[in-house]
Amino acid sequence: MKLSQHRVPIMEALQQYQEARVVPFDVPGHKHGRGNKDLADFLGETCLQHDVNSMKPLDNLCHPVSVIREAEELAADAFGAKHAFLLVNGTTSAVQAMVMTACKAGEKIIMPRNVHRSAINALILSGAIPIYVNPGVQEDLGIPLGMAVDEVKKTILDHPDAKAILINNPTYYGICSNLQAITDIAHAHGMLVLVDEAHGTHFYFNDKLPASAMSVGADMASISMHKSGGSLTQSSFLLINNAVSEGYTRQIINLTQTTSGSYLLMSSLDISRKNLALHGQEIFDKVIKMAQYTRDEVNQIGGYYAYSKELINGDTIYDFDESKLSIHTRQMGLAGIEVYDILRDEYDIQIEFGDVANILAYISVGDRTLDLERLVAALAEINRRYKKDPSSLFDHEYINPQIVQSPQQAFYADKERLLLSESSGRVASEFIMCYPPGIPILAPGERITNEIIEYINYCKGKGCFLTGTEDAKVDWINVVKEDV
Amino acid sequence: MNLWFTEDHSPHTRFSFRVEEHLYTATSEFQKIDVFQTTEFGKILTLDGYVMVTEKDEFIYHDMIVHVPMATNPSIENVLVIGAGDGGTVRELTRYPSIKQIDMVEIDEQVVKVCQEFLPQTAAQLTDPRVTLYFEDGLKFVRQQENTYDLIIVDSTDPFGPGEGLFTKEFYGNCYKALNSQGILVNQHESAFYAEDARGMQRAHKSIMGFFPVSKVYQAHIPTYPSGHWLFGFASKKYDPIDDLDANAWNALGLQTKYYNTKLHVGSFALPNYVKELLTHAK
Repeated sequence: MKLSQHRVPIMEALQQYQEARVVPFDVPGHKHGRGNKDLADFLGETCLQHDVNSMKPLDNLCHPVSVIREAEELAADAFGAKHAFLLVNGTTSAVQAMVMTACKAGEKIIMPRNVHRSAINALILSGAIPIYVNPGVQEDLGIPLGMAVDEVKKTILDHPDAKAILINNPTYYGICSNLQAITDIAHAHGMLVLVDEAHGTHFYFNDKLPASAMSVGADMASISMHKSGGSLTQSSFLLINNAVSEGYTRQIINLTQTTSGSYLLMSSLDISRKNLALHGQEIFDKVIKMAQYTRDEVNQIGGYYAYSKELINGDTIYDFDESKLSIHTRQMGLAGIEVYDILRDEYDIQIEFGDVANILAYISVGDRTLDLERLVAALAEINRRYKKDPSSLFDHEYINPQIVQSPQQAFYADKERLLLSESSGRVASEFIMCYPPGIPILAPGERITNEIIEYINYCKGKGCFLTGTEDAKVDWINVVKEDV
Repeated sequence: MNLWFTEDHSPHTRFSFRVEEHLYTATSEFQKIDVFQTTEFGKILTLDGYVMVTEKDEFIYHDMIVHVPMATNPSIENVLVIGAGDGGTVRELTRYPSIKQIDMVEIDEQVVKVCQEFLPQTAAQLTDPRVTLYFEDGLKFVRQQENTYDLIIVDSTDPFGPGEGLFTKEFYGNCYKALNSQGILVNQHESAFYAEDARGMQRAHKSIMGFFPVSKVYQAHIPTYPSGHWLFGFASKKYDPIDDLDANAWNALGLQTKYYNTKLHVGSFALPNYVKELLTHAK
């Protein structure tokens, strides 16, 4: 049965609750905002009136039986999944739930190394063992790509006991692997297919975009509804398909998710799902058009390369998400992070991220043409005022990690603190990454090498925001203690 | 009849005109456009509820935005005007036979059409053969020009709405690039009196200063603009508006003006202390 996507059950229930003028003798203690005037003035009274607790007419996120259940069914229907879970702990919790549903401690999971930190965090929590597939690297752009189908096949044959494979669809930069082929191979070998679609919500709602996880028959997918879907920050969906058990997945989610699910977040998921289901095609047509316009204008400035589908190579770049505006900056002699900083400090323009060679400007339905013009004009000015000789810039290669221990083993091992500069040869017990994009340069259990240290220092020098270590300055690193 | 048009000059101050007739209302792709026949100020044009031009006091604004740069460098030939859909700035420019080319870039074609219909007083010279109209984003247009113009006049709306991009650093940087080595940039510079206008003024000043060796501010008294005290920016790669003023040359042109004269030109750069302080703090 096709459900009516016009329905917004959580929002409707909240409206009924307001109309009933219920007297609250339950939490939250701000009591519809009356108890915290400053907060109500700042966020708006309406917002606080809807910040309420689970109760019978509003259902309960941990065990939904009424309106939340309906919202989940509507979302499942909109995404073409067997079931959808509303999540309020971000897509991080969706990725963790996927990994922990698929793998128990000691079981193997195949994944590309350029995953988000949330995936490796899930390995620390669950004790699952990662088997990395090298992503291809685009030499000129210095960006990690998708997984090659042959590489995946080889890895699966080498590790037939692996329980699952995790795929980015797309990467932060907009690059997609051959999702259908990889799903088919994994299924032929009895493995679950988990897809991190933190950057792929819109794939479900527009026919010009790359294939989505559910459309190729994958088993689970993490959806950052708050990115391209327009819901509030921290609200996400987890989709399941095929034989994955709804009840067991819910138990896994409930291991770490709050029991006080926010109705602001849940209603934002409900309303945004309706909006995409009804208007997604036109919304993303517009976003694709705006991104293409901006890409064309940026490519005329000189010094920048805003890339798109021309990169497609049938394998490691099987498809490209045209709604993304990823721009290579190195030919101008500037690291992406430098352009990112200049845009913010000099021009009051905040973009999504800058790495050593690229920037990503996030385009969405909320953008106005005049803002796109500002971005292009500012990029033209940066080229005019700041461009320099590109030869001084680091030629970033993918650093193939040497895995010595599992992430969990290394994270909980006896450790000692060393200066990063003196840690070469030791095994890391913690992460180092630039955030954003949050893809670890070094993960627990990996051997620290001179090359890695050199790369981290280079990122630091260019102004990347480094995180992951206990030491806030990332000068020191915890390494696994060696037997004496 | 007791019909009034009211504009908020600040969140707590209002300015009202008695209205005899609401002549036009429509919403374009960019903004709401209205024309009123008022008793005191004649016809007035409003955009999104803000007064842009009135028949009675438009001469002050248009005199000051055009004749100050023209008297500083009377050999100006190529001019770019951004915004200015009412046509008043172009009207003043066309009075100079020495000007060869006027490119006017207005984002909203409908504003120009409405002004041509209801405000011929300002819009009549838009058909001068030296004038080329471009209906596009000013920021985009100027980004594509290099070393082209002797003068750019930024006759913008306020720093919110469609004119937002014209108060940014990227815009002024692109203007610098579009001007030749003698180039002058004059812009509508908001006002120092009410807090919100003052922020726009400081922001514009800060954005311009970084690029131009000469960057000054001058003033005029415009009854219908908030506080009545309005500012203009004068920035240049070469000319100082006072040291290089050629009063004799300008007076020899014999142009009749209702507000501007060459003594007022010099005096308009003498600013009140509180304005000077705000400009210093913009740095």
